[in-house]
This record gives sequence, structure tokens and C-alpha cells, in this order.
Amino acid sequence: MDKETPLYSRHVALGAHIEPFAGYLMPIRYGSVIEEHLAVRRGVGVFDLSHMGEFRVRGKGAREFLDGLLTNNADVEPGKAFYSAMCYPDAGIVDDLIVYRLADDDYLMVVNASNIDKDWAWVTSHAGTCDVRITNESDETALVAIQGPKAQELASRLTTENLDAIAYYAQVQGKVAGCGAVIARTGYTGEDGFEFYVQAADAPAVWDAVMKAGQDFGIVPVGLAARDTLRLEVGYVLYGNDIDHSTSPLEAKLGWVVKLATDKDFVGRDVLRRQKEDGTSRLLVGLKVEGKGIIRHGTELYQGGRRVGVVTSGSMAPALNTAVGLGYVEKGLSKAGTALEADIRGRRIPVSVSKTPFYTAGTRR
Amino acid sequence: MSSIPGDLKYTKSHEWVRRGADGTLTMGITDHAQELMGEIVMVELPPQGGDLRAGDSTGVLEAVKTAEDFFAPVDGKVAEANAALESDPGLVNRDCYGDGWLIRIRPADASQFDALLTPAQYGEIAGE
Repeated sequence: MDKETPLYSRHVALGAHIEPFAGYLMPIRYGSVIEEHLAVRRGVGVFDLSHMGEFRVRGKGAREFLDGLLTNNADVEPGKAFYSAMCYPDAGIVDDLIVYRLADDDYLMVVNASNIDKDWAWVTSHAGTCDVRITNESDETALVAIQGPKAQELASRLTTENLDAIAYYAQVQGKVAGCGAVIARTGYTGEDGFEFYVQAADAPAVWDAVMKAGQDFGIVPVGLAARDTLRLEVGYVLYGNDIDHSTSPLEAKLGWVVKLATDKDFVGRDVLRRQKEDGTSRLLVGLKVEGKGIIRHGTELYQGGRRVGVVTSGSMAPALNTAVGLGYVEKGLSKAGTALEADIRGRRIPVSVSKTPFYTAGTRR
Repeated sequence: MSSIPGDLKYTKSHEWVRRGADGTLTMGITDHAQELMGEIVMVELPPQGGDLRAGDSTGVLEAVKTAEDFFAPVDGKVAEANAALESDPGLVNRDCYGDGWLIRIRPADASQFDALLTPAQYGEIAGE
């Protein structure tokens, strides 16, 4: 039985197209995907991301515990956040996640909805002798996010916190629309924006306040379809499409969140170190469609008659009016400009390897 | 509530079919189908003169996030494909029963048209 988020009735009232996603009934789009997408690029959009998973890690051993589990360095200052991969010993990816250090011994991990159960089992099985208390707060926590160039102006009407003091990848604990919230500045669209982590019971009040204050900015509710096209335009990976247990962070070009140079020991480190030294046989690259067609997850890539890779994400890019994608190709073919062909239902269309982000005019990277 | 014109025939796979005075059949996708798909950004149509078999995939509609096949409602040959969709695939969304038609068919067997779904039968499938 799929779960409803605390904002389900709001989505129904807005006439959303609702479909099961990762065990939740989620708004895929409210009307036009392209309009929702462009609203975030040009003004502001609001997202219900209450399906995301939240684990709280508290205790004297919290930092040490996370450093042993995550590829990125957990020793950030309280008030800061970081993006990380979490790997199996074979360097395959358990999940990618954002971690907020709320206080010295208090972290909030935000994981993909589709991975909540798997991640919970993985995280708790590694607690070992660490002095930590881990709680799964996914059901009690809702997440309302606003993204777009007008996001700060909108957020300033909902909170008395000094938003200028919240840097990109940082957060404060304060009030939004009178409700207690973690107010973060970590987005997934390439635009500036804020995320409000609130108690599930407070979510409708926060959503309503955002929608009301957002009227002056032409706010648009944005579904998961446009969330996906937005993240793809800026080249962000999606778990289950671009990364999973069969891919390593180095193959996915997430080496910047893999801290091999330090003495930090973490799950997957030995294999990742070897991959770093030897190189990986394939790499995730951006793909631009040169011909007419749209590449999708699973589309095979060729050079001459030889299969050289596979598309992992693909769509029209609404702000660019062209079709783009991400995919794995043989390492020697990963240079920007490399000409390939994509097989679309038996028809070969030219694509080229491209740098990401495809969309570079966003207010944030 | 999507529209289901009373003077057309329909398929289970959400195509509509109109019989012209010259005996050719024009087909497209229904209002219900275009609404479910959202913005159509590309259409792949079969070549003129190509053979059609009832129920076989004969082209593809690409929305922003998904691709959906459309299916030949009857046996026959492609008399014409809607060239206007090349430059403006959004016609399917804006006018699915008019300028957003997909192909014209020269049917092999006129009785197949009569056997297609009535508006009332299609209405039940479309959940109206």
C-alpha cells in the first residue's frame, strides 16, 4: 500500500497527476511539466519532498561513525551540510545523500525515498561499538522546498532568520510560518533555494504559507517530472537511474565526494583507492542529442558498429530546448565532443559527449 | 473531464478514427491520452505507403518524460502522415481531434472500422 505524504490532499486539490513513486503517492506534475520547469528557472517553484528519508544520528561517536560509513568527510562545522556517497565494500553505491551537521554530536542524514528501508538496515548494522543513537524520523518529517531565483525573497516572508547568513550547503534551526524547522540551502535544480524540514503535522500549514506568500512571485507547485528534468539539465545524478549498487562513485564522476587522500577509513575505501590508481573502465558523461530524437534510460550507445555504453537518464531539457542525457561510456570515449550514436528503437541518431551542467545560467550550481 | 466526440470510433489503446467521404480513415490519439501524456515534444510517424496491421505499433509519441507507442486501428496502408507535427508536435495537445491528427489510412477491409469501439464503449475504458 503506497503511503500518502502529509500534503496529499493539497496535491489532489491542485489537480495533480499523482502516481506511486518509491512507495509514496506523489505528484508527478500538476499541469505542464515545461511550465513547472521554467517557473523554477525564472521565478520560484515549491516541491513536496516529504517522501525523502531522514535519519538522525546523535551521540559522542556520531562524527566517527559517519566518517566510517560515508565517502565524504563528516568533520564539517556545525551548521554546514555535505553531499556524500555511501558505498558497499565493493565500492558499489548504497545511496547518495545529504548530511546536515545540526550540532557537534547531531547529524541529519537525508536519503532517497526508494532506499529508506535498505539504508536503514545498512546504517544501523554498522553502528557497532560507536557511541551513537540512530533514529529513523522519515515518517514524522515532512519536507517543503522552494527553488528558483525568487526563493530567498519568498523565504524572507516566512521566517525571521537572517537568510543571508545561510550559505550554500548550510542550515539553521528556526521557524518557518510559525513552525519549527531546519532551514537549509541545498538544492537539486541548479537554482538557489531553501528546504524546510518540518514535523509532518506542520507540513500543510507551511505549504499553505508558502503558496500564499508565493502568489506575489507567481509561485508554481512543481512535481517529480520537472524535478527530474531540472536536475538532469545541471547534470546531477539520480539514484536508481545513474548510480546504484553496480556503479562506483568514481565511475559516476563523484570523486569530489570520495576522500581518499586523508587517513579516514570508510566502507569501500580499498576498492575505491584501487580504482583511483588503475582508473575505471567506464565513466558517466553528459550526452547531447545532435539529431532528432530523445534518449532515455536504457538506450544503447554505439561508435561505428560497436556498443560502447548505455544511457542512464535522458529527456528533453526544457530550458535548452534540446534533448540531453547522462550515460556510461568506455573511458577512452569520455572526452567532451566525442561523437557517438544512440540506438532509438532501431534508428541510430548522432549524440555527442558533453560537459555538464548542460544548463549553466542557474543561480546556483 | 476529457472530450470524446460522438461521431468518431475508438480503440482500447486510446486512438480515435474518423472515416472520410473518400473511404480513408484519419486517426489520432484521444483527449484523454494526450492529457495523460502531457506535453508532446516529438512525434515519430510511419512512412507514406507503409503497411499497417491492426494492433501493431506504428509510431511513437515522445512527451518530456515518457515515450508512448501508438497503434494502427485497422489493416491497410499509410495514405499520409501529418507533416505539420514535424515542426509543431504540440498540435497533438492543443487540437488532438483536429490539426493534431497523426496519420491517414487507406484501409484494407472497411468492416474493421465498424468493429471499433463506440464513444460510449471508449468512455468506459477512459474512466469517464
